[in-house]
Amino acid sequence: MAEPAIAARGTVPPVSPMAIRPFVVCGVRRETRDTFTLELESAEGGPAPRFLPGQFNMLYAFGVGEIPISISGDPTRRGPLTHTVRTVGVVTRAMERLEPGGVLGVRGPYGEGWPVEDAAGADVVVVAGGIGLAPLRPVVLSVLAERERYGRVALLYGARSPKDILFRAELRRWRSAFHMDVEVTVDRGDRTWRGDVGVVTRLVPRAPFDPARTVAMICGPEIMMRFAAQELVRRGVARDAIWVSTERNMKCGVGLCGHCQHGPLFVCKDGPVFRYDRVETLLSKREI
Amino acid sequence: MSTQVHALDVLLKEHPFFHGLAPEDLEILAGCAKNERFEKGQFLYRENQNADRLFIIRQGTVSLEIYSARRGAIVFQKVREGDVLGTSWIVPPYVSGCDARALETVRAVSLDGPCMRRKCDADPRLGYELLKRSVAVLVGRLEAAHFQLLDLYRNPLERPRHG
Repeated sequence: MAEPAIAARGTVPPVSPMAIRPFVVCGVRRETRDTFTLELESAEGGPAPRFLPGQFNMLYAFGVGEIPISISGDPTRRGPLTHTVRTVGVVTRAMERLEPGGVLGVRGPYGEGWPVEDAAGADVVVVAGGIGLAPLRPVVLSVLAERERYGRVALLYGARSPKDILFRAELRRWRSAFHMDVEVTVDRGDRTWRGDVGVVTRLVPRAPFDPARTVAMICGPEIMMRFAAQELVRRGVARDAIWVSTERNMKCGVGLCGHCQHGPLFVCKDGPVFRYDRVETLLSKREI
Repeated sequence: MSTQVHALDVLLKEHPFFHGLAPEDLEILAGCAKNERFEKGQFLYRENQNADRLFIIRQGTVSLEIYSARRGAIVFQKVREGDVLGTSWIVPPYVSGCDARALETVRAVSLDGPCMRRKCDADPRLGYELLKRSVAVLVGRLEAAHFQLLDLYRNPLERPRHG
């Protein structure tokens, strides 16, 4: 029987929730000075598990530690498992040192993803900040794989500086090859930068979409997501049509340990992607 | 009313900055307005000079810069078609806080600052309306400056630039 197309949101179960499977690094790509992409193949053979845009895996650097990393690969193709990682600590530094042939432990995929299927027929606005573009890359690839199913599509991306722009070549391709509006802005330009300078929220008012029929997906630092969501609401997008990806201290990945509990929600199990109206108050709470 | 003033009247009416203003107010403001064109590299205004014009950008990109002898022109924001520039026209002592340089051919409607101030002084209701709208632009730019100062995308391994 043919494998089903991308399943509905959150319906791809991991084979065994806590089982760590060995994956071999088959490709390493330097994205920016502190960000790299790993391509992984199962050491046990067979294809990488299917995943939904927005889901994450727990990646284990043997003897160092385990961390949650969103999947940045193409969910519409069977291929290696792809993770884009920023070096921010001991575990990611160990991963940065991996070369082809190196081995990582993988659990997952986990979590509720972006509402890519539900957005069919609507305009899609993707707002990303910094490394937040990595978890949204599967959204863009899914939408572009079936471009005719969506209305207008806009990607608004903010980076710290031109040197920090992720997936540069792809951004250029997306802009030129598809009916898609790609706007990139940086907080700090340099002499060579010809693009926009300013914060990503400033791109929202002039992006081409119909607020009444738009699904928006935002990923980046929480302050950026809060203000981007407010800007979208100001533009007329309904709160229940805006989705954000939250980040908390995830450990087990399956809602057992409670490390990522955020009020009534477990980020690993109920998220990491949430509808904005469900987490709006939580995002601005100082303490829970 | 001349054809040119009428055309400017329509241009102003179409811009969000003037949305909701009464036709007679737009007519008064159009009397202070003119079309301008700047070639690439030309300055719309310079830092520390009289802020004597409010600009509505109709076409093109303008970089807002502060010049440093050590680093040259530091671009902190670029504005484009539809944006408003030169809000210091309503804030004493009416001095520009940065350079505004055309990065390509820029077409804009400029409104003469002293002319508008005279009209605002004569009609405080109109003055208050324009003050509120100018402050909204300033607040938006201030919020953007906050974000940039927060350096939200900084790698936690790096030391913060400020504080």
